[in-house]
Amino acid sequence: MTDSKTSETETADLEQFRTETRAWLEANCPPEMRKPVTSDADVFWGGRNAKFSSEPQRIWFERMRDKGWTVPDWPEEYGGGGLSAAEHKVLRSEIAKMGARPPLSSFGIWMLGPALLKYGTEAQKQEHLPKIAAGLIRWCQGYSEPNAGSDLASLQTRAESDGDDFVITGQKIWTSYANYADWIFCLVRTDPTAKKHDGISFILFDMTSKGVTTKPILLISGYSPFCETFFDNVRVPKSHVVGQINRGWDVAKYLLQHERAMISGMGERGVGRPLGQIAADSVGTDGQGRLDDCMLRAEIASFDVDEAALAACAERALDLAKAGQAHPAFSSAMKYYGTELNKRRYEILMSAGGVDALEWESERSKQGARPRAWLRTKANSIEGGTSEVMLGIVAKRILDLPGA
Amino acid sequence: MALVLTEEQSMLRDSARGLISDTAPVSHLRHLRDSKDPTGFSKELWHSFAEIGFAGLLVPEEFGGSGLGFMEVGVVMEEIGRTLMPSPFLATSVVATSALNRGGNAAQKSEYLPKISNGSLLATLAIDEGTKHRPLQTNLQAVRAGNGFKLSGAKALVVDGHVADLFIVAARTAGSAGERDGLTLFLVNSKAKGVAIERTIMVDAHNAARIELANVEVNADSVLGEVDQAASLLDGVLDIGRGAVAAEMVGLSEEVFNRTVEYLKSRKQFGKLIGEFQALQHRAAELYIDIEITRAATMKALQALDADVTKAASAIAVAKARAGTTATRAVQEGVQMHGGMGMTDQFDIGFFMKRARVCEELFGDANYHTEQLAQARGY
Ligand SMILES: Cc1cc2nc3c(=O)[nH]c(=O)nc-3n(C[C@H](O)[C@H](O)[C@H](O)COP(=O)(O)OP(=O)(O)OC[C@H]3O[C@@H](n4cnc5c(N)ncnc54)[C@H](O)[C@@H]3O)c2cc1C
Repeated sequence: MTDSKTSETETADLEQFRTETRAWLEANCPPEMRKPVTSDADVFWGGRNAKFSSEPQRIWFERMRDKGWTVPDWPEEYGGGGLSAAEHKVLRSEIAKMGARPPLSSFGIWMLGPALLKYGTEAQKQEHLPKIAAGLIRWCQGYSEPNAGSDLASLQTRAESDGDDFVITGQKIWTSYANYADWIFCLVRTDPTAKKHDGISFILFDMTSKGVTTKPILLISGYSPFCETFFDNVRVPKSHVVGQINRGWDVAKYLLQHERAMISGMGERGVGRPLGQIAADSVGTDGQGRLDDCMLRAEIASFDVDEAALAACAERALDLAKAGQAHPAFSSAMKYYGTELNKRRYEILMSAGGVDALEWESERSKQGARPRAWLRTKANSIEGGTSEVMLGIVAKRILDLPGA
Repeated sequence: MALVLTEEQSMLRDSARGLISDTAPVSHLRHLRDSKDPTGFSKELWHSFAEIGFAGLLVPEEFGGSGLGFMEVGVVMEEIGRTLMPSPFLATSVVATSALNRGGNAAQKSEYLPKISNGSLLATLAIDEGTKHRPLQTNLQAVRAGNGFKLSGAKALVVDGHVADLFIVAARTAGSAGERDGLTLFLVNSKAKGVAIERTIMVDAHNAARIELANVEVNADSVLGEVDQAASLLDGVLDIGRGAVAAEMVGLSEEVFNRTVEYLKSRKQFGKLIGEFQALQHRAAELYIDIEITRAATMKALQALDADVTKAASAIAVAKARAGTTATRAVQEGVQMHGGMGMTDQFDIGFFMKRARVCEELFGDANYHTEQLAQARGY
């Protein structure tokens, strides 16, 4: 209780910040940007060849960028908003209340940025972070290889030392948006003789470098957002290594924590309205206003319980991190639950949608927005580490069960 | 508010844990059960609870209590859940106290609250009549007689019913079973003429009773809150009880889980520790995640109660529903992963399984609360 005075002023400041934030968002977020994202065109990814799909999308992005709110909690000197953890929490909750879309989606924001903030040199931070914040450079992630998926550390792409450069040769796979990305953050083997985790480096390079080619892969959703990526003697300065040479696994793991946290929250913004109401529109209700399919209703209600509980846990995870009490592997727990729950959400949506949700190519279905989204969620429990791998991490790192 | 314990709350937890694990480990409950203890809890322990301020945790300071909140209730309940300590804390200090705090007039508060706080009065809520928790189905009749009422009917699952001094009885002064209007809460002395009490030995060896009221006369001063209008008072009081039981279930689940993980690390089969089997590792990991999520939902609900009891209903429904399913899973997995050991009475796991089953029924099971949430969300 000794700090009750300061905490009172803090609370008052935070309340003022909330009021101002709400007013600013109210005044600056175009109404079109307060609707749930339903297709890829609704997402702005930035990059050298970026195009806005609408004028409101452009306005919303530019206003948020100018305030540093594409990356609200990064330091201002790197293009961020400089918000404290508590202010960031307020901003997120106000954005959620309004249902505002993210102004910019980016692997730079979710994954590379946090890793650079922790492991990058000052020069690397100044070079890359402001461009990420301003959506100028679009990044992709070169982790997986044909024979290194869950067993990521067995990757074989080699980087051979040649003076001040590395010369990189090998193949990556499942590289999301490699064909649209400007730069790649990539794991390469710099010491083939070392133990598997000890010879890996984390390196950055331009996708237009000589020797880089990409080939899209078609997915079950009918889209091809990811690629096979080939490196044929790609020359990259050694100064592009983040962290120490051969210690890239530390950077990779830290980045994965952020990736997992991000993926676990993918369902968080939901589908605009409560599932029960979406379902009521299509299956109808009985005399007492209850969904006209009692088993579906029960399924939705139990989903709602779990979703609300997960939201509380996500909030607590942030609070624990802020209080320095978080377990570093907890993002694996959240990733597991969040992605399994998101799959459940879309199974329910498909079931509620019935025949309508099966239409693949029609005006009425917005070119099959729902079934495509449903199919996309099936990747949630694979990308960024599979559910099985997440459970393995929890078992070994958190519960300390034997046999690592 | 952050969903982590404050420094004061952590200190409270530490002192509760010290006291409870030292004086009332699971063997304490086992002893009470095996000796068919007539009181069903330790009076001595209850006095130490009173001395350190737990009995009057929710009692305002002006009535001699600690004047703390529901997060603190959760902290203590969780520790109770870890050792399954039988104690009047839930019935008297949480539920009955909240009913008096929220519905009592000045005279009622000053008569009962100081006695609750010093540990000399035990009180309990008597709600359920049927097999499941359905508060609006209350049918116990209260008919006006002179300046008071006459109560007739029966109640089941009255926690601590055979040791309580005071019953807080939900009765129907108007309307019929199922309606919100017409409910009234009465303060009834357990020694009053016409009160019959049957101690029901329960599966979990905790105290409960059935009570029957046959023309029990109470005067107008015994009405808690407003005549016919008790539904919303009752909603709040029950939600407080639900939040507390959810916290007990979190403690119970975590304790069973910790014991199970320890077992996985020590039991060998096929020349390996069974914890090396991935099939078991993954189940343990899932259970851990379930418990963490349930803990967060329960903290969220207790905070919601602290902020405004009347607006906490949805958060409580989520917490009680989650706590029920998670505790059920935790005890089932606990027994299963202990193999034959888990089935023996000599081993403690079974006690947790039995208590979880009772906690699940208390104040509404997971289905009940899931249904409440669906209704609140309008589908
Ligand atoms: C939509 C999507 C986007 C992606 N984007 C990228 C990207 O941008 N960049 C990138 O580098 N990668 C990306 N990935 C790749 C992703 O990280 C891998 O697919 C993932 O790590 C799994 O590897 P794998 O596909 O080789 O499966 P495998 O490792 O072959 O797994 C096959 C099955 O075996 C199970 N399994 C494997 N090991 C174990 C174990 N130890 N215990 C129990 N079960 C196990 C797995 O859980 C899985 O069920 C993306 C994947 C998807 C689906």
